Amino acid sequence: MSVTPLLEVQNLTKTYNGRIGCQNVSFKLYPGEVMGIVGESGSGKSTLLNCMAGHLAPDSGKVLFDTRVDGPRDTLAMSEPERRMLGRTDWAFVHQNPRDGLRMRISAGGNVGERLMAVGARHYGTIRDSAGDWLERVEIATDRIDDRPAQFSGGMQQRLQIARNLVSGPRLVFMDEPTGGLEVSVQARRLDLLRGLVRTMGLSAIIVTHDLAVVRLLADRLMVMKSGDVVETGLTDQVLDDPQHGYTQLLVSSVLQV
Amino acid sequence: MDDYNFAYLDEQTKRMVRRAILKGLAVPGYQVPFASREMPMPYGWGTGGVQVSASVMTPDDVVKVIDQGADDTTNAVSIRKFFQKTADVAVTEHTGEATVIQTRHRVPEELLTENQILVYQVPIPEPLRFLEPRETETRKMHALEEYGLMHVKLYEDIAKHGAIATAYAYPVKVEDRYVMDPSPIPKFDNPKLESECIQLFGAGREQRIYALPPYTKVVSLDFEDYPFDPSKADHPCALCGCTNSYLDEVIVDDDGGRMFVCSDTDYCESRRKRGFTGPQFPLSGEAA
Repeated sequence: MSVTPLLEVQNLTKTYNGRIGCQNVSFKLYPGEVMGIVGESGSGKSTLLNCMAGHLAPDSGKVLFDTRVDGPRDTLAMSEPERRMLGRTDWAFVHQNPRDGLRMRISAGGNVGERLMAVGARHYGTIRDSAGDWLERVEIATDRIDDRPAQFSGGMQQRLQIARNLVSGPRLVFMDEPTGGLEVSVQARRLDLLRGLVRTMGLSAIIVTHDLAVVRLLADRLMVMKSGDVVETGLTDQVLDDPQHGYTQLLVSSVLQV
Repeated sequence: MDDYNFAYLDEQTKRMVRRAILKGLAVPGYQVPFASREMPMPYGWGTGGVQVSASVMTPDDVVKVIDQGADDTTNAVSIRKFFQKTADVAVTEHTGEATVIQTRHRVPEELLTENQILVYQVPIPEPLRFLEPRETETRKMHALEEYGLMHVKLYEDIAKHGAIATAYAYPVKVEDRYVMDPSPIPKFDNPKLESECIQLFGAGREQRIYALPPYTKVVSLDFEDYPFDPSKADHPCALCGCTNSYLDEVIVDDDGGRMFVCSDTDYCESRRKRGFTGPQFPLSGEAA
């Protein structure tokens, strides 16, 4: 018996005017699995993520997603309406900067409800109830449902962004530096929250980060990138505890031990 | 009269505008870009409406111009004079007699017929503009029918005010396809958008024309538990006693005195001529 991968990437290559963004990346992501992508700045992590999520058009390669109705399909060959439909139902994208992923002039409730309304929810009471429910799940007090994100702290904004993305019950979450720019104790709480949500909802996720602690806690598998190439893949603990590639060894050894 | 081409615009320009109008009629609610001309009046005074009116006008037409329901305010008077001077057409204040009606922010109370064209002046044609500032993005949203954001605005209204507080320029969905801004008419007028007449919308500064052909389905957006309500001030007209027309509130003194009168002046006058009177008619101080 074989399980169909939720997402399968084949030979994905993206160049910027001849400079390599990422090249020949291939991997499979199975349902319920969390994949971490680590590497230094400029190693092509974010390029890869954006190509997979349909924000950038890669030069070549395929991104096969196991759709609910038609089974695995190449999202790059889909029509734009189909791809955008995926983008607001089965996929979620958590931006590094919550300002990119939130509507700052719209209340927290409206932010969370937008995806529901986008797929046709037309009952105010129900929309508001599920918005309140999701705020609670990401540990935002429900009496702040009518406040604008601008009145929230950075950490709350980030949690609001997560709620806004998960409300439609996506199957695949793309995360770009989910803990970037946060103070350590807040980071720890965030990771705890994410781990809980990922496990209880059975989400698959692709997490791009340069923070090894994040992937140690969240990711089942790890992919290490350098200069646009994937230099090492494997189970997270295996890669972190017994790094084979020179760059991975460097990366692991540069983490400060407190 | 010989100094101007008929109705001010040259024939090629009218041709260009007519093509945009025809396209707009063929795709109800879709905003057709057109090469808007400089007109001898400032933007915001109805340059889009004037270009559309000029392009559909014939020498036999009878023109009426409405400004917020009234026939005798600056905007209405100056545009009416403009067409008298440049097209030498007959003008009227009576809705029933007019064949081309240019309007700013109102739909006449009297039901329009198949022989009439109603031309709206539109300041901002894009209903999604204040929600999504990028034109490239709003066009894509229209193309892909992604209108969730419009409901986010209505959601915000209810969250903040307990009801849908949008009272004018209330968004509508045309023939189950395009979301359209009906120009800043009060939401009271929204039901009248489903009409026998041709309705054309011209936005001069924004260079867009859109249209509603006769008998087009027009639905005001709402929530199941907060249905659309075309409300108006809960008074009868002080002059003609009408209880189902849209009313303007007029402050009459410095002691909080006020009266509600029909915003459609022609409608109010014709009712009074037929003998209907309201509680304050004739006005005190006026010779009876």
